[in-house]
Amino acid sequence: MDLLVNIVIGAMIAATPLLLAATGELVTERAGVLNLGVEGMMIVGAIAGFSAMIATRSIPLALLAAMGAGAVMAALFGILVLTLRASQVASGLALTMFGLGLSALWGQGYSGLSAPAFPHLHIPGLTDLPLIGKLLFGHDLLVYLSLAMVALVAWVLQGTHIGLILRAVGENHDAAHAIGYPVIACRYLAAMFGGAMAGLGGAYLSLVVTPLWVERMTAGRGWIALALVVFAAWRPWRALLGAYLFGGITVLQLHSQALGLKIDAQLLAMLPYLATIAVLVLISRDTMRQRLNAPACLGKPFHATA
Amino acid sequence: MFCLTPVLAVLLTLAAGVVLFAALRKPPLEALSLIFVAPLTTLRGLAELTVKATPLILIAIGLAAGFRAGIWNIGAEGQFTVGALTGGSVALAFYPATGWWLLPLMALAGIAGGAAWGAIPALLRTRFNANEILVSLMLTYVAVLLLGSLVHGPLRDPDGLNFPESRLFQTAMPLIISGTRAHVGFVVALLAALVAWVLLEWHLIGFQIKVLGQAPRAASFGGFSERRLVWLCFLVSGGCAGLAGLFEAAGPVGQLVPQLPAGYGFTAIIVAFLGRLHPAGIVLAGLLMALTYIGGETAQISMSLPSAATAVFQGLFLFFLLACDVLVTYRLRWMWRTANGDRKLVVSPPIRHSPLAIRPLRD
Repeated sequence: MDLLVNIVIGAMIAATPLLLAATGELVTERAGVLNLGVEGMMIVGAIAGFSAMIATRSIPLALLAAMGAGAVMAALFGILVLTLRASQVASGLALTMFGLGLSALWGQGYSGLSAPAFPHLHIPGLTDLPLIGKLLFGHDLLVYLSLAMVALVAWVLQGTHIGLILRAVGENHDAAHAIGYPVIACRYLAAMFGGAMAGLGGAYLSLVVTPLWVERMTAGRGWIALALVVFAAWRPWRALLGAYLFGGITVLQLHSQALGLKIDAQLLAMLPYLATIAVLVLISRDTMRQRLNAPACLGKPFHATA
Repeated sequence: MFCLTPVLAVLLTLAAGVVLFAALRKPPLEALSLIFVAPLTTLRGLAELTVKATPLILIAIGLAAGFRAGIWNIGAEGQFTVGALTGGSVALAFYPATGWWLLPLMALAGIAGGAAWGAIPALLRTRFNANEILVSLMLTYVAVLLLGSLVHGPLRDPDGLNFPESRLFQTAMPLIISGTRAHVGFVVALLAALVAWVLLEWHLIGFQIKVLGQAPRAASFGGFSERRLVWLCFLVSGGCAGLAGLFEAAGPVGQLVPQLPAGYGFTAIIVAFLGRLHPAGIVLAGLLMALTYIGGETAQISMSLPSAATAVFQGLFLFFLLACDVLVTYRLRWMWRTANGDRKLVVSPPIRHSPLAIRPLRD
């Protein structure tokens, strides 16, 4: 039973960076912007958070630094695709390459250092309950924050005026512009929100999961987050489901030894990537449904004509 | 403007480089001359230039066809790795045989391996509508892990000291400049560029690719099969990347090692854009990016410039390149009369490359 609890907790930890990044990218894409640079924003967030943590020893400052760095990266992307109207696919790739290089340069003096322990929730009585205590009340704070963000994003998108504007901009930017909504400003904000969330996801890796700085430590998680948005059909609660599913797969790989499976570690490490491909295939198979789910103006440049 | 913007992007990157070096407290001009001029002054430097440019040009040539059509193969790094793996496996299977026939066989196996790895995203895109960007990228991680797993296991050198590396190949790439590492792969890359030039500019296939990329609806009215073009682009770019992988394994490296995939597949994306998706441009761009690699290494040794600086450079380069494209697709002009009377810079609607150009704003 303890093993099971450990697996579930491990799955939640593995899922949280994916969930944070995917929630952010989901908002970006609902506004019609396809930012393929999630990986780059995550890795810059990871080193920004880590270096701020080393410098200040303050968790709020570290998280703010990570979010700020991610948002700045996303703003750079915004300048390219929203102001200068460059190709969104190519610019996203550029953002990833730039982020990987920048983080490696930035992180040079930080390898070998370790971040101070991240606080976990502890409610006397509740956390000490057998089994469900640790499962429900014993996580680090970012796990709860990521869940809260899913709820918040779901509510804002479906239940508020801001969400309505955002969706209008993503579904039909010409109509949104005609009504008088600021399409470009709205997309900038959505992209920067996505960047901040990706940065937070990256910081979760360097501050909670490892807690170390390792070059290229995101290892494709940004891309998996992108796939999760497709899996989620652009709906926040389904992103939660997808992220936890992926977390489970990642953790299964770590616990396979304990479960007595004798498979080469490197072959097992392929699992999350292969699972991503499998999920994409299953989800995208129905072309019509895919087209109905995706924001209609996703990836299309907007140019005000009047 | 079309040919001028890459030059502009280079200049902007150099300017950013000066700032970057100053921030790292290295003499900027000295560093720039070390990176961009020093390698060109020695025979060894020139030979190394061709060694680094070979995979970049070969991969970028393959990618350019797809990018022109809006088919995004981002996983060239994976196809490069699998090509090295299959081609290298042939060399190891016939070990210790040598002979004129071995290298062509290895090359064919490399092409087949890369093309097969590229066929997976093509199949999933055409059959199941799965996004080829994400699939090809995920397959890169799988390929690198596969290489690591195989050189740790079945392909490991039985006479080695348990290091994760294969035997040294008995057949090497023929050299074109003796005493250096410059090998015949560079000639093959140039030939590939020539063939691609003819196909893309004068053959019907090139026309279909262009139409699909710029006006997908027109392509479907014209009866061009998107499915067929997706397959073609992925097989060609996968095959090119696979061949480049084999050249790298059989040329400068000489065996299979886990660190064989060194990012050429990703840098080649920059090369393709820098070369404006045109074979001749790609050859020049490949040489230029190769120069940053070699110069970066030189600066790393003599000025202790961090190796990551090269990666930052390359990322910035692509940024500037894409940003400068606004000058190609749009006309910038000062607008004097706007609604609230302010003077402001306006990007006017497309002047080329857009089949659906919207009339410009009135002055």
